[in-house]
Amino acid sequence: MDDLTGGLWAAIRLLATLDATLVEITLRSLLVTLSALGIACAIGMPLGAWLAVRRFRFRRQAVAVLNALMGLPPVVVGLFVYLMLSREGPLGVLGLLFTPGAMIAAQVLIVTPLVASITHQAMRELWAEYHDLLLSMNATPRQRMATLLLDGRRALLTAALAGFGRAIGEVGAIMIVGGNIDGATRVLTTAIALETARGDFALAMGLGIVLIGLSVCVSLATHGLARTESRGRW
Amino acid sequence: MVSVLPLRLDGATLVRRGERLVGPVDWTLAGDGITVVMGPNGSGKTSLLRLVGGLQRPGSGRLDWAVPAEEARRAMAFVFQRPVMMRRSVVRSIALPLRLAGVGRRAARDRAEAQAERFGLGAKLGQPAPSLSGGEMQKLALARALVTGPQLLLLDEPTAALDGRATQEIEAHLTEAAEGGTRIVMSTHDKGQARRLGTEALFLLWGRLHERGEADGFFAGPATAEAAAFLQGDIVA
Repeated sequence: MDDLTGGLWAAIRLLATLDATLVEITLRSLLVTLSALGIACAIGMPLGAWLAVRRFRFRRQAVAVLNALMGLPPVVVGLFVYLMLSREGPLGVLGLLFTPGAMIAAQVLIVTPLVASITHQAMRELWAEYHDLLLSMNATPRQRMATLLLDGRRALLTAALAGFGRAIGEVGAIMIVGGNIDGATRVLTTAIALETARGDFALAMGLGIVLIGLSVCVSLATHGLARTESRGRW
Repeated sequence: MVSVLPLRLDGATLVRRGERLVGPVDWTLAGDGITVVMGPNGSGKTSLLRLVGGLQRPGSGRLDWAVPAEEARRAMAFVFQRPVMMRRSVVRSIALPLRLAGVGRRAARDRAEAQAERFGLGAKLGQPAPSLSGGEMQKLALARALVTGPQLLLLDEPTAALDGRATQEIEAHLTEAAEGGTRIVMSTHDKGQARRLGTEALFLLWGRLHERGEADGFFAGPATAEAAAFLQGDIVA
């Protein structure tokens, strides 16, 4: 119990004093997560819409694989990216290992299937509604995808938020490829893991509360911007 | 503009999962005016329209347009029995066909606004399409279908779910479009409507084109016993 109340106090203290380290690792958390999310959305959303609109031979299998990839174990992704980026790895020349770039790469792999899958689910429903109309309007496949993505933008918001949640709270992969280096690749989640291992539960709790608060703020801000819950038409 | 008509259907059928929904149909769509497609439920009215509209490929037989099929499809529009209301505003719904056809954003918007005005939707430009009433939805669907000035307009029971007033407005717009040179083919179960609007009548039964004629002659004295029974209000099974 002491650790919990202590954690709360630690969180308040960290926030009130705008602790320099806290600000730094929070910003790095946001930078890594938002960069990864941006790339994941740029790939996953068109991919999801494409899977909804196109009929091809192995579509069902492709969707099944995509859904399975949603549950990809982050540690394994981390290991894979580590091997790719390590000095002997095929992408070793990039020198990305133990940099935020490597962390972004790992998170892109983790988040893209999630974004694509949620997008696909939503776009499939919308496509069932729009199919005849868009066909009768002679829309090209590209135009069909664009129309779906545009009219289904609320669902895309959900997909992005789900991706954000998964990325911001992820620790396994970024620990491996980032290395949790103080001042270089330490982020909120890896810091929490470190402080817990060191036995500084109050600080770990404090960081945890900041992390949760961050997630809630981002969600509220996004919904506020899109006015999802206030005028729930679409 | 090159006319996409005449369209010749030559033994055209629509088959789904081994079941023949309509056909074989031999029919030539030409001239101008409004063709009303009648027949009991399940006689293939919707299937015939979808076939002509290119929403479904013929299972057998041919559809021959006066121009390549691709070109013909660009000159057509379709209005469905249950209007598809997109998750966007009225004005952007009407602008969509123009945008898809490559009209610039600004020009499309201006034309869509003028079109909405013409269809009595001028006060609802920014309103979400799904929030309209049933009559307004069908008016929006019709405005959207006509905004590109199609040569051929296909409608599947467009007023089936509407009240008298809304039906009247839709019919007025259809008459106006026909007078403006748009060839119209519509299915209807409303015999009064068929009489009011039709210049040519098709009577479908069991997936076949059972009888075809000029509307005046058809309604005055149908050639087949089944069509006569149908017009009288008997159940034709």
